[in-house]
Amino acid sequence: MILRAVILLGVGVAIAWTTAGLTQSGSEPKPGPAPRAAGQVGAAATGMAGTTTINAPRAMPRVRVSVPRSASGEVEVDASCTTCHATRTPNATTASGAELDEFHGGMMFAHGNNRCLACHDATDYDAFHLADGARVEMADVMTLCAQCHAAKVEEFAHGAHGGMNGFWDLSRGSRTRNHCLDCHDPHAPAFPRMVPTFKPKDRFLTRKGEHAEDSR
Amino acid sequence: MSSEPDEREGSSRRTVMKAAGATLGLAAFAKAVQPLTEFTDTLTREQFLQKHYKELDADEKQAVLARLEAEAKATHGVDVTIADPPPIEGVKFAFAINLSLCNGNGKCVEACHRENNHDRATNQSYIRVLELERGSLDLGSADSSYDHAVPAPGKAYLPVQCQQCDAPPCTDVCPVEATWKEKDGIVVVDYDWCIGCRYCEAACPYHARRFNWTKPEIPAAEINPNQSYLSNRIRPQGVVEKCTFCLHRTREGRLPACLEACPTGARVFGDMNDERSEIRWILANKRVFVLKEELGTKPSFFYFFDR
Repeated sequence: MILRAVILLGVGVAIAWTTAGLTQSGSEPKPGPAPRAAGQVGAAATGMAGTTTINAPRAMPRVRVSVPRSASGEVEVDASCTTCHATRTPNATTASGAELDEFHGGMMFAHGNNRCLACHDATDYDAFHLADGARVEMADVMTLCAQCHAAKVEEFAHGAHGGMNGFWDLSRGSRTRNHCLDCHDPHAPAFPRMVPTFKPKDRFLTRKGEHAEDSR
Repeated sequence: MSSEPDEREGSSRRTVMKAAGATLGLAAFAKAVQPLTEFTDTLTREQFLQKHYKELDADEKQAVLARLEAEAKATHGVDVTIADPPPIEGVKFAFAINLSLCNGNGKCVEACHRENNHDRATNQSYIRVLELERGSLDLGSADSSYDHAVPAPGKAYLPVQCQQCDAPPCTDVCPVEATWKEKDGIVVVDYDWCIGCRYCEAACPYHARRFNWTKPEIPAAEINPNQSYLSNRIRPQGVVEKCTFCLHRTREGRLPACLEACPTGARVFGDMNDERSEIRWILANKRVFVLKEELGTKPSFFYFFDR
């Protein structure tokens, strides 16, 4: 019990430290508790001309469905997750899309041994929850990632993880930084394989045992 | 009756041979000096008399930059800006690459090619990504021509570009001092002073210098117009070039092009003299190494691992 409390405290400190000095952009206008991860440190607070902005994550997906609105016909609405899940009984042991027969069926899932409800919130499918049950909005979902990936959090905080664009010198301009979800699919977070598309054609780059057509 | 040559014929065998010899000699001479006449077609008086970069005063430098901009317009039909940003006072640049993240996709190679106005025919770039056996640093058996999906099983990837050494062997060997190390740590080349001997290319243990065998050809629409004298202006034929940490960007506070293009976030750039910088945190907290440390070149370019 004490150990768990210490771990949670450590996570909390790591999160607070990570997010201090970083400005989160594009927060969802959705009503709810104040975002946990939004630290607003701009020019005034640091004396710097530039700010660091983390890309906003995409919004929670919506599903377009037709609903009868009147006797005369149906209207289409973008239904939230909760709309459908309100009619389903949560199953805490579901761990992959293959176990479901209606929806999410083709989803690739490879994120440790987590169950869906380790992150998704059975009382509100449009949000997430931390290990201690605290609610996390999609806009602040880095907080959720951070509770398990403390080493990455520290590296991210020091610019040693996650790509960036803009200025190295924040006294001269601003910087944008990648969000976890810019590079990692939360359901299968391993970075995807890529195929190199550009190769210099100089004579030192030919395969061993071959000669270059062009000796330049 | 007489054995004397017939003077009325006008030419003896000897005279004919002399004339033929003189004609051949002249033709050979003309052929030999032909490159010089081509040289004077493209070489203006101002170019020929241009001083070494370090000897130019402010006015002369402005005149040189204006002339180079006009030449770019005349040759390539593009309006370019050729600036000459000085080193930022008190800043010493350094680069680090996280080899746990680099997957060898080569986006940095391509970004460098476009940013630095490299020759399109050769796909030239200041960066090579070496594919190594995992756990090995045997550069001799490394391959940079791989074209399969990355990361390949059992392989590791090592991007190599100019290491901006603090004890650079390349600048020592230049017979005309056309290459030197600037205050912010960047090793630069005065392309207008380089004689193309390629000693520096041979001296570099990192294989980081490139020679312009031909005049670089770039379609007008692809030319990066944001240029500087010591970095990415379009180089003449016959000179050596190298990575300059994108000094036309970094000396204005911006990140290098290869870093911005990296999809894995493996690249880190910053000021060694700022103890709060990302690069200093990596040096203090990560397993860091430099390439060929035993040579004593003191690179400003570091490699590190997550674990």
